[in-house]
Amino acid sequence: MSELLYLIVLFPLIGFLVNGLLGRWLTERQSGLVASLTVAGSFLISAWLLLGLLTLPEQTRRLTQTLFTWIPVGELQVHVTYVLDPLSAVMVLVITGVGLLIHIYSIGYMRGDPGVRRYFAYLNLFMFMMLNLVLSDNLVVLFLGWEGVGLCSYLLIGFWFSDESKARAGMKAFIVNRIGDAAFIIAMIMLFDRFGTLSMGDIAWLAPGVSGDTQLLTTITMLLFIGAVGKSAQVPLYVWLPDAMAGPTPVSALIHAATMVTAGVYLIARNAALFSLAPVTMATIAIVGVITALFAATIAVTQNDIKKVLAYSTISQLGYMFMALGTGAFGAAVFHLMTHAFFKALLFLGAGSVIHGMGDEQDMRKMGNLRHSMPITFGVMLVGVLAISGIPGLSGFFSKDEILWAAFEHGGGVNLIYLAGLLTAGLTAFYMSRMLFLTFFGQSRWADGKQPHEAPSVMTVPLIILAFLAIAGGYLGVPEALGGHNLLHHFLSPVLSATAAGGHMANEAVEMLLMLISVGVAGSGIYLAFRIYIDKPETAVTLQEKFPLLHRLSANKFYVDELYRAIIIRPFEMVSELFWKGLDVKIIDAAVNGAGRALSNIGGAVRMIQTGRLQHYASMLLLGVAFILIMIMAS
Amino acid sequence: MVVPIHHVIAIAAILFTIGVMGVLFRRNAIIVFMSVEIMLNAVNLAFVGFSRFHGNIDGQIFVFFIMTLAAAEVAVGLAIIISLFRNLSTTDISEINRLKY
Repeated sequence: MSELLYLIVLFPLIGFLVNGLLGRWLTERQSGLVASLTVAGSFLISAWLLLGLLTLPEQTRRLTQTLFTWIPVGELQVHVTYVLDPLSAVMVLVITGVGLLIHIYSIGYMRGDPGVRRYFAYLNLFMFMMLNLVLSDNLVVLFLGWEGVGLCSYLLIGFWFSDESKARAGMKAFIVNRIGDAAFIIAMIMLFDRFGTLSMGDIAWLAPGVSGDTQLLTTITMLLFIGAVGKSAQVPLYVWLPDAMAGPTPVSALIHAATMVTAGVYLIARNAALFSLAPVTMATIAIVGVITALFAATIAVTQNDIKKVLAYSTISQLGYMFMALGTGAFGAAVFHLMTHAFFKALLFLGAGSVIHGMGDEQDMRKMGNLRHSMPITFGVMLVGVLAISGIPGLSGFFSKDEILWAAFEHGGGVNLIYLAGLLTAGLTAFYMSRMLFLTFFGQSRWADGKQPHEAPSVMTVPLIILAFLAIAGGYLGVPEALGGHNLLHHFLSPVLSATAAGGHMANEAVEMLLMLISVGVAGSGIYLAFRIYIDKPETAVTLQEKFPLLHRLSANKFYVDELYRAIIIRPFEMVSELFWKGLDVKIIDAAVNGAGRALSNIGGAVRMIQTGRLQHYASMLLLGVAFILIMIMAS
Repeated sequence: MVVPIHHVIAIAAILFTIGVMGVLFRRNAIIVFMSVEIMLNAVNLAFVGFSRFHGNIDGQIFVFFIMTLAAAEVAVGLAIIISLFRNLSTTDISEINRLKY
């Protein structure tokens, strides 16, 4: 059974090689078909293996397969070992499942693009790397996937590289991620130094043995967390994600919403045993998470680009997941990761459908009243917005409430993290409804020549499936308070059990009350958006004029990019220029050139003794011999 | 009659010096070449003289080798001079100075 594991990873690699090497002999349709079929193969095998996993007793649900030893250097033995346990099974299914739908959607979205084969090759490579990331037992192989998905992210953000701003956005994503990756590498070195292994299974097993060394554990987990901050776009390294929207929209859905950006959450959940021994790091994670959630939500409120709204929303929701991780609710974080993958992929693909139908228009101010011309897109977007807002019955409600409950319980009552989370939930409901209202309701504001139209069925069918998942995904984790069994939680608990993965013995009445509160907050967010953007569209302008400072701050993303430019990039450029023009040109180059010129001059002078006249040479010879003789005699 | 060793050395030194002067100051390539031969023969003379003085035959064996070598060298050297003359119509070595800076 477990010997099938490698196939999950192999299929997308084959797809990548076929599309990448033989792409020029494939038609556009064949290329998309190859890419989708390979991912479908991975998905089917993952599903089959999951079924097999479920038949095993709870504590032994772990399939492993060692393929070969990648790096055998002394004590460092890096085996390529794939592990399918409940955590990686959830990740693999989300990745291959959502990935498959996005591959199919891409066939429609990318139709007619001259680079479509390159696109599918990158997408398959991404799937290969992402599956390596979540299946590997070894941190080095995980890091290979980690860097691989970063590379694919770079390639796909800059997919239309002839547009310089898009190429730059790709570079920005790559460079910002380097900061986190550097910390990740240091953490790996420290782990190897302390544990003598980089296998995460072994480390989790050995970790309790060093629980006394709090400082070491805090340092290591902090460094790993910095790596996660870069990859998962948390404050202060989130700045690359909004710019990453320059890529094709399905890429934003796959990489920058559903899968790659959740790698940081996965990394921490996977090393839960290590993290739960470092309370300082856990507190930091919770604080960073909650700041990110709230901060990004306030920016999303005023964005006019439909994809930017979704990008900031993604950052905010990732902040939610980190909040859950920080409060020790690893299961809740993974649950939200899954539901978020469903509804955010849905929202992105829906936005892609809108952009497609509007002829590459992304500005919501030039949309409006699209619900008649795009009924299917409208329907699924409505589901997505309700799900992310946390309306009961849809997936976001269950996962978000579990996180809020974890925050409440962790703080032993009402606390700042819980309140900030609640406020974020309200803001989320508000800005997502705003997006929906601006796009699909009100007056049509598009230019006269535009003919908004519904997307072809190759795009709408994945949307409908995702909409179904965005509703149904939540029923894997219905809390006990609502009479459910929290299936996902129990499924994950063997992996995350080192910690109190979620204590649900507490008061069910309190839990119900909290749910009512968050539903109330979400509802008022939606109502507010309704009042401002549908009931009285002029209120938006009045509000802007009333609070010009607040509006400017939010609309300009709190000038964080400008701030980074001023305090990091500018000084860096100035120092670089100093080194270039001062040190490099004036000292190093001058020294090298001077040495060269001196040698050339000396050579020019000395060569004059080579006269070409035999007798000059003979006299030199004679003088030389005479000199040597004199020396011999003198001694 | 035995020639004293210092006479032999003096003659050899004079011959050698004549040869050196010829090599350094004559301009005709053939004369320069002959001067080289004089230097070789000066050395030969010194070898023979010392050989007799020490009663050791080794020096004379060396002389045979040097004479053989000189014969071979003459063959090559004259060939070079002829070739030079054919190409440059001169044997004046002060004019043959093309291999310079």
